[in-house]
Amino acid sequence: MSVMTEDRDPQSNLTENSMVRDVYEAVKPFFRIASLTAIALAFLYVIWGLYLAGEPIFAVVAFAIGISIVILFGWARFYTWRFVFPGVAAIAVFIVLPVLYTSGIGFTNYSASNILPFERVQQIHLDKMVKAPDSGRPFALTSDSRLFFPEDDGRPALITVPIEKATDGRLLAAPHKGQAPDTLKVKAVLQNRAALQQLVVELPDGGELTMDGLREFASSAPFYTLEEEGVLLGADGTKLVPNHDKGFYQNDAGELVTPGWPVGVGWANFTKVLFADGIRQPMLEIFIWTCAFAFLSMIFTSGVGTMLAVILEWEHLAHKGIYKLFLILPYAVPAFISILVFRGLFNQNFGEINLILGGLFGLEPDWFTNPTLTRTMLLLVNTWLGFPYWMLISAGFLQSVPRDHFKAAALENSGPIRNFFAITLPQIMPPMVPLLIANFAFNFNNIVLVLLLTRGGPDIPGTIIPAGSTDLLGSFTFRIAFQNSGQDFGLAGAISTLIFIITGIIAYVNYRAMQKLAAKRSARS
Amino acid sequence: MMVENKRSLFWRKLAAHAFLICFIALILFPFLMVLSISFREGNFSTGSIFPERPTLEHWALALGFEFTRADGTVVQPPYPVLLWLWNSVKISIIASVGILVLSTTSAYAFARMQFKGRVGLLDTLLIVQMFPAALTVIAAYAIFDALGRVVPWLGIDSHPALILSYLSAITLHIWTIKGYFDSVDPALDKAAMIDGATPWQAFRHIFLPLSVPILAVVFVLSFIFLINEYPVASVLLRNTDQMTLAVGARQYLYEQKYLWGDFAAAAILSGLPITVIFLFAQRFLQSDLGDGAVKG
Repeated sequence: MSVMTEDRDPQSNLTENSMVRDVYEAVKPFFRIASLTAIALAFLYVIWGLYLAGEPIFAVVAFAIGISIVILFGWARFYTWRFVFPGVAAIAVFIVLPVLYTSGIGFTNYSASNILPFERVQQIHLDKMVKAPDSGRPFALTSDSRLFFPEDDGRPALITVPIEKATDGRLLAAPHKGQAPDTLKVKAVLQNRAALQQLVVELPDGGELTMDGLREFASSAPFYTLEEEGVLLGADGTKLVPNHDKGFYQNDAGELVTPGWPVGVGWANFTKVLFADGIRQPMLEIFIWTCAFAFLSMIFTSGVGTMLAVILEWEHLAHKGIYKLFLILPYAVPAFISILVFRGLFNQNFGEINLILGGLFGLEPDWFTNPTLTRTMLLLVNTWLGFPYWMLISAGFLQSVPRDHFKAAALENSGPIRNFFAITLPQIMPPMVPLLIANFAFNFNNIVLVLLLTRGGPDIPGTIIPAGSTDLLGSFTFRIAFQNSGQDFGLAGAISTLIFIITGIIAYVNYRAMQKLAAKRSARS
Repeated sequence: MMVENKRSLFWRKLAAHAFLICFIALILFPFLMVLSISFREGNFSTGSIFPERPTLEHWALALGFEFTRADGTVVQPPYPVLLWLWNSVKISIIASVGILVLSTTSAYAFARMQFKGRVGLLDTLLIVQMFPAALTVIAAYAIFDALGRVVPWLGIDSHPALILSYLSAITLHIWTIKGYFDSVDPALDKAAMIDGATPWQAFRHIFLPLSVPILAVVFVLSFIFLINEYPVASVLLRNTDQMTLAVGARQYLYEQKYLWGDFAAAAILSGLPITVIFLFAQRFLQSDLGDGAVKG
C-alpha cells in the first residue's frame, strides 16, 4: 500500500506549498526505488533461507511473489495489476498453492515416520554410538568425590578432579601414583547416577570416557560407518542399505528401519483409499454419511428456516420483532461455543438433556456411543445452528412474491399449506438453488461441527485407520493428518485430493446454476 | 386485503403464537442451561435451573481470579480465557482490515479496469471460494514451518502467520464489493478522469467514501467468520497462551479433564460480546447474506 500512495497526483492537493511539491516530486522516484530495493532484499533473504532450509518449492514461490512485486510496482505499464495482484497473490499462496501442495503430498509417504530428509535420517544412524571394544575401565567414587580408575590391564591408574569442579560436564583425569584413595561403595554411585551420567572424563591421551553401567566408564565410537551410495556398515558387520523407493533403510533381513524419509510412492495412497481392505469399507461408509449429512442438513435447515420465515411474514401476527430477535440467536452466538455447549448438554452421564429425558420418560439415550443416535444428534445440532440463516434468506425472497396471487387463491378457498406449495415455493425456489448448492458444499465440509461435537466417534469397528461413524470425509482426513498417532500426511493428502475434486464439481454445478439464474433474470427484465 | 373468517383467524393466530413460543423455548433451552450451570457448584453437579447454593467460583475463574472456596481451598483459573478473547479479537480485527484492503483494491480493478483474464479470474474466484480451508492446513503447516525457520516471527505458533493465512478469505468479499462498485454511476469517475485524476485517485477519493456501508458489512462478516475459525488456528497455534478462543475453548471438555462449570462461565463471558456485535450488525448484514455468505 505504501508504494501505491506515491501515485497520488500532487495537483489535487492545491493547498500544498509548491516548494514542498517540487521536493516531493524530486524525491518520489528515489523513494520508490529505495522501497522496491528494500522489498527485493527482504525477499532475497527469505528465498535464500528457504532454499538453505531444504524447501525449494517454497523458495520458488517466494521468488515468484518477490519478482512480481518488483515488476508490477516498478514499471508503470503494469499499473492495473497493482490493484489486483495483492489479493490474487493471497489467494494463490493460501488456497491454490495449498490445494496443489496437499495433492502433491498425496503421492508421497510423508508421515510422522517419514518426515526428515534423507541426509538427516542418515545422520541419525551415524550418530548412534556404541561402546568401543576393550575401552571399559572400572571406576569408584572416592570419599572426596573424585572418580578413581585403578590400574587395569597395564593401563596406569587415573584420578579426576572432584566432580563438583567439572566445567561444562567435563572432568580432567590425571595419572595417579601411590596408594589407592578411600573409595565409597556402589550405593554412592547409585545415588549420584544422574549426575555421573552427564559427565565426560578427559583422559591424558585425549580420549574420552562416559559412564557405561554402574561399575565402568568406557569410550564410545559410532556404530555405523558411511560407505558408498549411502550404505551404512555396522561395527558388527551388518549393513543398512537405503531403499529410495520405500524411503527407509533396510537391514540384512530386508526389514525397514525407522525413521524413514519422504519419497514419492506414485498412486499407492490412492489405491489404498479405493481398494485396500479395512480402508475402503470405512471410506465408503464415511462418504455415504457425508453426502447424507450434507443433504439432510440442507433440507432441515432450509425447511425449518423457510417455515419460520413464512409464519413471521403473516400479516396478522403481532410481536414479529421480538420473535425474530430470539430466533436469530443461534446464528449470533459463535458456533464453536454453541457446539461445545451441546457437547456438554448431550453428555450421557451428567448432561442435562439425559437428566430431563430420564426424569420425564425414563429414557437415557447413549448419544455418544450409538452410531444412529450420534448421527441424529449431529443433525439436530446442525439444524439448530443453521435454520436462522435460511430464515433470513427466505424472508428476503418472500418479499418478492406478488400479493395478488394470494387473493386469487383465497377466492378458491385455498388453505395456507396449499398456498405455500402452490404459490410461494415455486416463486422463491429458483433464486434459492445456488444458495442451496453452496449450503450443501458447506455442510459437506463442515469439519468444525464434527471435530468439536463428536470428534468423529463412535469408532467404526474393524478398520485399519481409526474411522468414526460420524466422521465427514474432511474431519476423517483432518484426524488422519493431525490427531491420530500415525500422522499419515500422504494418505490424508490423497483423500484431500478426492475431496477437492468432489468440491470442485459441486462448485462448478453451483456456478452453472448461478449463470442460469442470471440469464433468466436478464431475459425477464 | 385477504378474506378471512374471523373465528378461524383467532385460532390460527393462537396456534402461530403458541408454536413460536414453544419453538423459542426449545431454542433458548441450551442458553438457559449454560447460564444456570455457570452458577452451580463443582464441575459435575446436576441440579435445578435455579441452583440451590449459587456460587461465583466459575465466573471468578473465567475472569482470571483465583477463588477461595468455603472450606478454604484455593482454586486457580484453569485457562487464560480473557487472553484468548483478546487474541481472537486482535487477530480477527487485524486480518479483517487486511481482507478489507485487499478485497477493495481487487474489486475496484475488477469493476472498473480492463485487463487480460479479468472474467476468467472472477469466475475462478467463485469456484475457489468453495474449497474448504480446513483441508489445506497440511500445506499451511508446511509453509509456516518452513518460513519460521527463516523468519521466526512468521513461524508456527505466531499470530502474524495466522493473520497472513487468513488474508486468503477475500474471494467472496471481492464479489460483494465489486457488485457495489458496479452500481456506482460511471459518470462520476469519468468526470474525475477528465479532470486528470489517476485511477488510484478515483478509487481513493470517489469509490472509498461512497462505499463505506458495504465496507462495514464486509468487515463485520469477515470478523465474525474469523473469530469462529477453528481448523487452521488449531493447527497453527500450539501454545496455550497463543491460542484463540475457538481453539482454547475446546480444552475444557476433554474426557480426562471435564470442566463443565468453568466452561459455562467462560462461554458466556466470551460469547456475549461477539453475540452483541452480531445482533447489532445483523440489520446491516441481512440484505447481503443472500449474496453467498454461508454459515450453517
